[in-house]
Parts: sequence; C-alpha cells; structure tokens
Amino acid sequence: MIINHPILGPRDAQEFVYLGDASLINRPDGLTASPAEMHDYVYLRDNPAGLHRELWYHEQGDRSWLVVTRNTVTHEITKVEMARDVARSMGRSK
Amino acid sequence: MRYSGFRVIAEALTGHKGWKPVWRDPTPQPDYDYIIVGGGGHGLATAYYLAKEFKQARIAVLEKGYLGGGNVGRNTTIIRSNYLLDGNEPFYEFSLKLWEGLEQDFNYNAMVSQRGIMNLIHTDAQRDAFTRRGNGMILHGADAVLLSRDEVKAIYPFLNFDNARFPIKGALAQKRGGTVRHDAVAWGYARGADLRGVDLIQNCEVTGMRIENGKIRGVETSRGFIGAKKVGVAVAGSSSRVMSHAGMRLPMESHVLQAFVSEGLKPLIDGVMTFGAGHFYVSQSDKGGLVFGGDIDGYNSYAQRGNLPVIEDVAEGGMALMPMIGRARLLRTWGGIMDMSMDGSPIIDKTGVEGLYFNGGWCYGGFKATPASGWCFAHLLATDQPHKTATAYRFDRFAKGLMIDEKGQGATPNLH
Ligand SMILES: Cc1cc2nc3c(=O)[nH]c(=O)nc-3n(C[C@H](O)[C@H](O)[C@H](O)COP(=O)(O)OP(=O)(O)OC[C@H]3O[C@@H](n4cnc5c(N)ncnc54)[C@H](O)[C@@H]3O)c2cc1C
Repeated sequence: MIINHPILGPRDAQEFVYLGDASLINRPDGLTASPAEMHDYVYLRDNPAGLHRELWYHEQGDRSWLVVTRNTVTHEITKVEMARDVARSMGRSK
Repeated sequence: MRYSGFRVIAEALTGHKGWKPVWRDPTPQPDYDYIIVGGGGHGLATAYYLAKEFKQARIAVLEKGYLGGGNVGRNTTIIRSNYLLDGNEPFYEFSLKLWEGLEQDFNYNAMVSQRGIMNLIHTDAQRDAFTRRGNGMILHGADAVLLSRDEVKAIYPFLNFDNARFPIKGALAQKRGGTVRHDAVAWGYARGADLRGVDLIQNCEVTGMRIENGKIRGVETSRGFIGAKKVGVAVAGSSSRVMSHAGMRLPMESHVLQAFVSEGLKPLIDGVMTFGAGHFYVSQSDKGGLVFGGDIDGYNSYAQRGNLPVIEDVAEGGMALMPMIGRARLLRTWGGIMDMSMDGSPIIDKTGVEGLYFNGGWCYGGFKATPASGWCFAHLLATDQPHKTATAYRFDRFAKGLMIDEKGQGATPNLH
C-alpha cells in the first residue's frame, strides 16, 4: 500500500506504524470521564467492512501522525490528512 | 454410513458405487430451537456437540458461503496447549484432549498428528520465561519439556544455530502438539452434526437480527427470516459485522493473516517449529510442502488477502532460521481474516440480548481451540452456564480489569 503523505508525497506503508481507528483521537478527559466511557474508548471499536478512518504514524519519516481513509475490503486509500489538522478542526489543542 | 477399513475394501471391490454425499442439503425450516451462525470449525463443532452431548433438538447452522470456506480451511493447522495464563491453559488442554479422541468420536479421519511442537529459545531471559510457561502447563496437566541446544541440534541439525542476532539456545517443546488436516475437521463435524439431524444450510447469509423486548426472535437471512429460541454466533473475522445487527460494538478488530506453502520437498521437518523472535513458524505437510507463516499484516482488513511486505518479512525469518529454504520455491500464499481481540484471548459469552450468544475473538489461534470452543459454546447455549474451562472468556473482563493478555501488550489488537 502507498500512503500519499500530505507533505512528503507517496510513501510506502511499511514506513508507518499502524495504531487503529481515528476515533482514538477523541480520548475522554481521564479526570471527568466515567469508567464506562473510558472502557468504551479503550476497548470497543466499530471495525467496519468498507471505509475506515485510521491513524498511521510515520515513524521512519517525519514522525507525523496521519488520518488515512482506507477501504478495508479493497485496501484502497482515498484520503490522507494530517492528524493534527483533523484534531484541530474538531476543536482540540487550543 | 460408518467409515471403516472393511468398508473401504468392500467399496473397492464394488467399484466405489456405494459412497453417498456426506451431508444433506436441506431447505431452511421456518424456525428452530437453536441457530448457529457461521459454518466454520467452531460453528460446526458447536452444532455437533449440542446435538450429541447436550441432546438438543432442532438445530440449524447458517453459513453465508460453503461449509469450511473460512478460516478453518485457511489456517496452518497447528494444535497445542502451551499457554501460560490460568484463564487459557485449562481450556486449551481440554481442547487438546478432545483432539486426541476426535477421530474415533466422530468416525472421520482428520489426520490428527501429534508430531510435537517446539518454540525456539535465544536468550537467558527467554529461557526463564519458557521455563515458567512450561511449569504452568505441567501444573495444568499438560506436557512440556525444555530442550537444550544439543537436543534441538539432534533433531534439526540444519538450523542456523549461530545466527548473530538470534543464536539458538534451546527450545520449549510440547510433544502432544502437532497438526490436523483442517478441512477434514470441518467435514467431520459437519457430517457428525448432519447425522444427528442438524440442518446445515449453506449460501445463507445472516443479514439482520429480529429482537423484540430485549429477546432474540430469529435472524433475517439472504434466504428469508428464520425464527429461533436461541442464536449462537461463531463467525470469526466477521464477528463485528454480524454482532452490529444486534447493536453491539465488540472489543475487536479484523486483521488479515497470511500463510505460505512451498513446493513439495523430501521429509525435512517432522514437527512444528516456531521462531517467534524472527516472526516465522513452519511445519511440513504430508505431501512435502513446507507450511509456514509469520505475523498478521497489522492493519484492519476484510480483504482475505495481504500485502507483499509481510511476505518479504516472513521469507526473511525463514532464511534467518534455515538458510537453505531460499532454494525452495513458494507455491501458494493466501490470507484469512482474524477476529483480533483487545487482549488476544477469546470470548464465549451471553450478550445483553436474551437468547443471543457470542463466540469469537480467536485471533490467529482458534483452530486448535475448535473442539473445546464447540463444546463450551454448546454447553453455554444448552445450560446457560459457562463450561468450567471457559469461565474467564467473558465480555465484561475488560471493564473489570480481568484481561487474559498472554503477551502483555494491552489494547492493541495488531500486536497480540
Ligand atoms: C493464515 C492463517 C493461519 C492460521 N493458523 C492457525 C494455526 O496454525 N493454529 C490455530 O490454532 N489457528 C490458526 N489460525 C486461526 C484459525 O484458523 C481461526 O481462529 C479459526 O478457524 C476461527 O474459527 P472458525 O473455524 O469457526 O472460522 P471460519 O472458518 O472463518 O468460520 C466462520 C464462518 O462464518 C461465516 N460467516 C461470516 N459472516 C456470516 C454471516 N453474516 N452469515 C452466515 N455466515 C457467516 C463465514 O463464511 C465462515 O465460514 C490461522 C488463521 C489463518 C487465517
């Protein structure tokens, strides 16, 4: 698989480490979240067959986190964004 | 029809005209007492034990494709009971004992071959860990033996013992481990279930669940609605998809695992060998092909095929361990979809819906579990109580902090 890095262009997926569902960006606040919320965040996944937004870390590159939209049935990658931009657009890291 | 040596001779003398299809191809009834979703090893074993041991009537297995077309027909056929943790080891040892009597039990040649398995050791720390694991196995009634470097060398003189990164210092061996003809397991259970009146319904995909007042009423399928008092789901890599019909999110990701077979070679490896540090394991089939594999690809997938980097990685592991493998040609590779759980261990449990039960999260190790998984799931379905070897396989273990994490990796399915 080739991941089209927004800054570096097309890179081999082997340069990246895979973390999982991009919803992991939305970690509940550990001080206020209920145990049930924390449990669902840490352990439960949608795990869809089809489009999946997921986190890839460019460990052997510029060390950026990317949000990759990929079809889990065909492995086709349709969109690559900087995870930072995605998080900021959701109001994180102000 | 029972199989026997006499029967084979009688058929040979009469032109093999007496063999019949091994199971019926029934049309679905409007409703059943029990529906098992998924005609893989676990679903078929569940139906078999439900009918045979728990004497339950009116059972159907619904399979979206053909029986045994999923992981049960795609795995590398290794059986063993060499786990460390209390939640796991009694279950896997129960499974190994069932394997030992399986062929007589279901009157089918599954080619259960206890050719032994060895896990290679490269460091002192690893020897300590494997010694501890071996002791744990023995305490649970399994067999384990620690082999020295010379003992390994006497069996496999051709290994690369002095590899600079991973020199071979010994192995943890389980002599009762081995391999089984995977397709024959599906066929044997299917035949045994059919003989006891279970309807095996193929080309029947479950597309929805009918749930009323928190109770299961039946399943929607590509062949119409089928009613049931109890529904047990055992669909391996499709677990999240099927359980989403009941509004559930599972502690699971689906990942692809690849396997490889070389051209047929003269006898070379008479047992199973794992080179965990090098992400490589291997055995040799009775036809001579080296059957080997390594890690999962590591990203969510439902594609039933993997990518080239893992093929390269596995080949490198093989070359590091037994360099002459480089002269052999690769014949086939394929992939199967693993239900990778958050702690690397399975779930056999009730759900929040009355009458709906779940069996899954087997990761890359569910083939060896097939007999015990079927038995324990049948036990749960029939009695509403977990079998005594499967009490830890619950959904709520994550909420309660009772994970069964053999590798200590935490909630990272692609690292288990
Ligand atoms: C390459 C590879 C190597 C492996 N090696 C080993 C090994 O050496 N040792 C070991 O112990 N384990 C191994 N495994 C793991 C093992 O194969 C699985 O854990 C186990 O087979 C899963 O259980 P099963 O047999 O019931 O799954 P499957 O055979 O996959 O059965 C599930 C069935 O459910 C059906 N299904 C899915 N969705 C629906 C639906 N909506 N409606 C109806 N039916 C549906 C599927 O078509 C499928 O037939 C390996 C797996 C792979 C892929």
